[in-house]
Amino acid sequence: MSRAVTTRRKTINTVLAWSIGILIFFPILWTILTSFKTEAQAINDPPLFLFFDWTLENYAVVQERSDYMRFLWNSVIIAGGSTLIGVMIAIPAAWSMAFVPSKRTKDILLWMLSTKMLPAVGVLYPIYLIFIELGLLDTRTGLVVVIMLINLPIIVWMLYTYFKEIPGEILEAARMDGASLREEIIYVLTPMAVPGIASTILLNFILAWNEAFWTLNLTAAQAAPLTAFIASYSSPEGLFYAKLSAASTMAIAPILILGWFSQKQLVRGLTFGAVK
Amino acid sequence: MATQHSRSAARLMMAPAVILLLGWMLVPLVMTLWFSFRRFLPNRPDIVPGWVGFDNYVRFVTSSAFWPSVQTTLIIVGGALLITIVLGVLLALLLDQPMWGQGVVRILVIAPFFVMPTVSALVWKNIFMDPVNGLFAHLWRAFGAEPVVWLSDAPIFSIILIVSWQWLPFATLILLTAIQSLDSEQLEASEMDGAPPLARFFYIILPHLSRAITIVILIQTIFLLSVFAEIFVTTGGAFGTRTLTYLIFQRVLESQNVGLGSAGGVYAIILANIIAIFLMRIVGKNLDA
Repeated sequence: MSRAVTTRRKTINTVLAWSIGILIFFPILWTILTSFKTEAQAINDPPLFLFFDWTLENYAVVQERSDYMRFLWNSVIIAGGSTLIGVMIAIPAAWSMAFVPSKRTKDILLWMLSTKMLPAVGVLYPIYLIFIELGLLDTRTGLVVVIMLINLPIIVWMLYTYFKEIPGEILEAARMDGASLREEIIYVLTPMAVPGIASTILLNFILAWNEAFWTLNLTAAQAAPLTAFIASYSSPEGLFYAKLSAASTMAIAPILILGWFSQKQLVRGLTFGAVK
Repeated sequence: MATQHSRSAARLMMAPAVILLLGWMLVPLVMTLWFSFRRFLPNRPDIVPGWVGFDNYVRFVTSSAFWPSVQTTLIIVGGALLITIVLGVLLALLLDQPMWGQGVVRILVIAPFFVMPTVSALVWKNIFMDPVNGLFAHLWRAFGAEPVVWLSDAPIFSIILIVSWQWLPFATLILLTAIQSLDSEQLEASEMDGAPPLARFFYIILPHLSRAITIVILIQTIFLLSVFAEIFVTTGGAFGTRTLTYLIFQRVLESQNVGLGSAGGVYAIILANIIAIFLMRIVGKNLDA
């Protein structure tokens, strides 16, 4: 009975949803468009939407003036390094909690989650001081460690929820066939868990890439990633909208693309498995 | 089933993660507590460091900047929560309906979540909210109105807008996931019984969403309390946008009054923990199931 109105309702839904979707996406779209304008066209009144002289000049200027590639490289190292080290530490921990649970497993998991709740600003000075003492201020090594630690609880949790879904009987069968613990993890568990591990890596790479408290406070010229590079545009000189847009587009493009692949994992990862 | 051998192996494999997180939590926490009871201004050699008891705690809450910062924090967190939850529920309901190109719309809606905070803050500040060249200014002038100087005339509203734009995707995505897990038979049955759409929403959908909404509120609160980059690059804490987090940051790193800032940090930790307890209870219940 409700099938009769489907097409009409579907059309209304489609129009409404697309309008809202485009409205929400508009700031990103506008930034991308502006990055292809000249500085004068970028502030033209009325705004130019599509009919302007498309140019790649801004991208060249941004790279030339600020050595964009160095910031990009720092972001890749910091986000990639912290994620990979975190996953390597978290896999054994998540394995043991998922397959050899004890009475304390739940408490340990919740405690790990609680370290994620610690407000960064509450421990800012101690970390700052430790960084100075150890010579880690403005180094990529220091940031890899800090970002790894703030994301470690999420990594353990995500892996734990994925491992939980693997039937324990398969591991037992491997053990019966004489597989050692190490072989069991490397040859049986890991291949089955690849999709879960990949999603974990993806989401944590995104979180690390966008982290903007420690990266702003613990870096200066040497180890600054893209978050800090963009922040340097907050006190600009002269016309800079097109250049800001080009720099922004380059900073968010890789992560937008990765992010679209990680929609499903986002929910699981950020709600600690409470919503699936 | 688990042997003694695998038990000790399990403990060993958990050790690195546990020890690292324990160190990450305890060392800075103990240091912050220690500093909070001391007079400590590293840039002022003339002021002798020393034990001051609860002096910093008292001074932090009695300083003229404290209550305004608490108020600002509450308005920003509350405002962003209200906007993201209400719009998130509506948007999730809409996205759950049959339509063409649903996947693409979902991608468009989620995109802001992946934009790094410094980028979204700067793009909003300059390209949209700038009183001379911003897009809003063009729009206002097109309708013959005087452009608004967003970040000084309506600074808190502007920051709420930026933050809500960033977090709306998160709320929508989680609420949509929750709606999709709703048993459609229950809805169809109520439809056959002649329940109007509004009744269906309030008596079936909303109760079903209550847990997801609670989780969104708790998780967002924890992240919103520590909003930093959005203020750092827009107003720098001026025009009454200094939140508790930003106030502590200024005390510690800008004026290098470490004792006072650390006392503020302890307050922030206590506040975050109160919210965290509720969140952990929900997550913990889920672990048992």
